[in-house]
Amino acid sequence: MAYYNEKIETMPKGELAKLQYQELKKLVTRLYDSSAFYHKKMDETGVKPADITSITDITKLPFMKKTDLRDNYPDGLVCVPHDDLVRYHVSSGTTGKPTVVAYTQNDIDLWSECVARSLVSCGIGKKDVLQVCYGYGLFTGGLGLHYGGEKVGATVIPASTGNSERQIELIQDLKTTVIACTPSYFVHLIDVAKKMGVDFKKDTLLRTAILGAEPWTDAMRRYIYAESGVTAHNIFGTSEISGPMFTDCSELNGMHICGDIAYTEIIDPKTGEQLPPGEKGELTITVLKKEAIPMIRYRIGDITSIIEGDCACGRTSPRIDRLQGRVDDMLIIRGINVFPSAIEHALLKNPYLTSHFMIEVSRTGPLDDMLVKVELKPDAMTDSITGLMEMQMRTERALRDALNVSAKIELCPPNSLPRFEGKAKRVIDHRVI
Amino acid sequence: MTEKYIIKQLSIFSENKAGKLAAIAKIFLDTGVSIQAFNIAEANNFGVVRAIVDKPEVAFNEFAKQNYALQYTDVLAIKMKDVPGGLYEVANLLGGLGINIEYAYAFRSGEYGALIVKVTNPREAALKIVEAGIELLPAKDYNF
Repeated sequence: MAYYNEKIETMPKGELAKLQYQELKKLVTRLYDSSAFYHKKMDETGVKPADITSITDITKLPFMKKTDLRDNYPDGLVCVPHDDLVRYHVSSGTTGKPTVVAYTQNDIDLWSECVARSLVSCGIGKKDVLQVCYGYGLFTGGLGLHYGGEKVGATVIPASTGNSERQIELIQDLKTTVIACTPSYFVHLIDVAKKMGVDFKKDTLLRTAILGAEPWTDAMRRYIYAESGVTAHNIFGTSEISGPMFTDCSELNGMHICGDIAYTEIIDPKTGEQLPPGEKGELTITVLKKEAIPMIRYRIGDITSIIEGDCACGRTSPRIDRLQGRVDDMLIIRGINVFPSAIEHALLKNPYLTSHFMIEVSRTGPLDDMLVKVELKPDAMTDSITGLMEMQMRTERALRDALNVSAKIELCPPNSLPRFEGKAKRVIDHRVI
Repeated sequence: MTEKYIIKQLSIFSENKAGKLAAIAKIFLDTGVSIQAFNIAEANNFGVVRAIVDKPEVAFNEFAKQNYALQYTDVLAIKMKDVPGGLYEVANLLGGLGINIEYAYAFRSGEYGALIVKVTNPREAALKIVEAGIELLPAKDYNF
């Protein structure tokens, strides 16, 4: 059995809890002294670093949410000197403002080590050729897998997204053994390969897939194996905690959350109470060693549970189950997080539209399609078809710029979309996962 | 002097879906408005219904009341001979005058045909057309 960092990964649970306590204590003390934001938050909650005497005392600490990042845009939460930053990533936020995450060199190293441990737990090593088909750029997926892959000594192909036929050619020509992408994109690649007359089982060396950034199921894992002979692992992470980080190991029974790096809680989304293993609730993660923007009790918004018991792989870190939904209305479109509030914000900037809209998500082919229906304001009417189409295209551009993912716009007559009394239900999701 | 030639066309935004034209036609029926000429332009999922009617204000008010997005568009009606070459004569003349047609549709009224044209500057175009000796049909023949 191979480990990237055997001592830490197989550390007895009691020792791990002690290590977690030490890291938390250090982190909270540093934050209380150096972060105006967190100092104020702790004072409001009435908790001092001295109150933390064991890892279970973490429940005394206040939660952080995505709105904290938004409200402190762009760098209000950075608590190291700016000279120490080596990178930014940016993801779409809950409204018009994006979410900015910053990294020191230690943050990048820790993130890379976390991905490296995860890749090794999937049986990946020096001999492997890893084709990363997550987006490179502001999105954390591409570079996250890239750095982790290099750390384990694999040969990394920064293929990024798109151009499916080219991806298949690369898999064949460069003898790719591992692919990292979204599950829906991999299913798409299986179809494209078939059309090209390429049989993944016979014509390629591809045997492992690291799939994430959107929800999927064990049924899809079985389908992928049957169709391509590829064993699919689930990867989890979000930019706020660094990026993609944690995968299920070769046991394929839950994702290991490296305990020395992150502390995992499942909470009742309504009361904020911590829930015992096995119970479903909101995933809440504390990244114990992050420097630039530490995240304490960060409410990720995904619903899952902690899997009880020890894993046969020997790793002692806790495991979480597949993500089973969201506590909010966040949508995942082709692996990108999209908040309806961000769509609303982008639409309201268009003077020719009313404030009413509907979002329809479907998966007609293998990839997600998002259709946003908007209403034309009566006084914005023009006799010119070109003029109306220009409004449609301008809205499409505005959404793409705001969300980093494209949506189709449908211009509708005034007063034709549903009106809501109380909470608006603007999303119709036709996808069957 | 060209004002009498300016015809108030209704341009109505519509979804490109079954039953939508019937809903629009029903409003004309219910308001007792008679359609003189009519055309639908479509793009993607929507269309613009363009109509020349006898009582444009009556129709406009009712459509607006029912939350339709619509506007008046000034168009011209050029009289055409209903013989081979009738359209050529008109189109050739407009081309010669440097008048660009944004869109056009034709209908027949009595013994002659008429070409409804949308041009960038209808008043200026009307003057040029009349001076060139081509007959424009006055608005009163359509919008009473």
